[in-house]
Amino acid sequence: MSWPILYAQLVGVNRHSTSLGKVWLSVLFIFRVMVLVVAAESVWGDEQSDFTCNTLQPGCENVCYDQFFPVSHIRLWCLQLLFVSTPPLLVTMYVAYRNQRDRKRLLEGSGRSSFLSNKSQEEDLDTLKRRRLPIAGALWWTYAFSLLFRLLFEGGFMYALYVVYDGFHMPRLVQCDQWPCPNLVDCFVSRPTEKTIFTVFMTTISSICMVLNMAELSYLVAKAVTR
Amino acid sequence: MNWASFYAVISGVNRHSTGIGRIWLSVLFIFRILVLVVAAESVWGDEKSGFTCNTQQPGCNSVCYDHFFPISHIRLWALQLILVSTPALLVAMHVAHRRHVDKRIYKLSGRSNPKDLEMIKTQKMKISGALWWTYVISLFFRIGFEVTFMYLFYMIYPGYKMIRLVKCDSYPCPNTVDCFVSRPTEKTVFTVFMLAVSGVCIILNIAEVLFLVGKAYGKHLHTAGESTVGAWIQQKLCS
Repeated sequence: MSWPILYAQLVGVNRHSTSLGKVWLSVLFIFRVMVLVVAAESVWGDEQSDFTCNTLQPGCENVCYDQFFPVSHIRLWCLQLLFVSTPPLLVTMYVAYRNQRDRKRLLEGSGRSSFLSNKSQEEDLDTLKRRRLPIAGALWWTYAFSLLFRLLFEGGFMYALYVVYDGFHMPRLVQCDQWPCPNLVDCFVSRPTEKTIFTVFMTTISSICMVLNMAELSYLVAKAVTR
Repeated sequence: MNWASFYAVISGVNRHSTGIGRIWLSVLFIFRILVLVVAAESVWGDEKSGFTCNTQQPGCNSVCYDHFFPISHIRLWALQLILVSTPALLVAMHVAHRRHVDKRIYKLSGRSNPKDLEMIKTQKMKISGALWWTYVISLFFRIGFEVTFMYLFYMIYPGYKMIRLVKCDSYPCPNTVDCFVSRPTEKTVFTVFMLAVSGVCIILNIAEVLFLVGKAYGKHLHTAGESTVGAWIQQKLCS
């Protein structure tokens, strides 16, 4: 339900992105957000209720689940998507600031030259709103920083997932001897193969997004250097 | 919880905020409301069904859960977000009132063509005069609500860590029973995250207050030449 709000915010970013940026945005929404909402959430839906330990000791399942799954994959991916979508908003904010500044200048300028008719002023303001700013100067730096932050967040979250779950494979069986489990008990994870498939899929798409971001950054640097 | 309509109401406020106010609004929506709805609600979703006590005594589970979790984190956060966003509506109401007054003045002075009235609707109000006071008071309310809720959190759940095990001996539990909370680590992670973002929002609000005060003082110095802080405060209180 709330992902449409994020989508509405990010669609505005599309206008001021390079082509690679537009591809990145589509990949983000189709292959990550949609897959997360439509498929992955139902795979992980019963992760705790179907986590079964070979013991009747009350509390043992809770404790073992908590030990092996400190943060669920789904939550990590949600946070990753939120953090990765935020740097492009920096660009939108900068563009909005520039537009406002230019609009002020335009209004001040036309105030001084009184022979500028109302209509041409309106047309100028309209073109100001609809124009596409060239990615140069301070906007270039804002865009480059947003790309760097995107890369950092993607890399950071992938590393966090790898460290927390010791690789991208979901084990079928975990052995747990936390109190109050009476001894070493076998605990069985629900749907391990399906979870492994989705983990590998999401990690692959993350890597593709990182590659797209790096390509976009190199393109921007090359463009600036040739200029 | 219909956050979508809430979003529609609050984003209207965006136009009359300062730059810091807009950043605060984005942080609120993306890092608090979105995280709450998309992630945190599923972590706390099974908090009661996953709360297991080491007893078969009927009713003990419910009583112990109720004793240790008088109000769930999720509900506290939802209330906090609603209360913290509401002062912004004060500003929106003030702007609407100002526009209404301007429209009447225009009509009385004879300039009642639709174009002028449209201009009133779309122009951005300057944050000065009574609107400045409304804005600053709304900021103080925001800070007050944030701090109050953080304090409430600390009072109800001492420390921000979610404990794995609670010991309970309320009637009808036969003796002191061990009760286990579901997903304590994940809950601690999200509690710390939401508190950190609350802290960031408080800092943004304080920065906005300082910015507004600084801007108003700077304007006063610019228009009144040499002047003391005392004279500025007096002028602000009497205006």
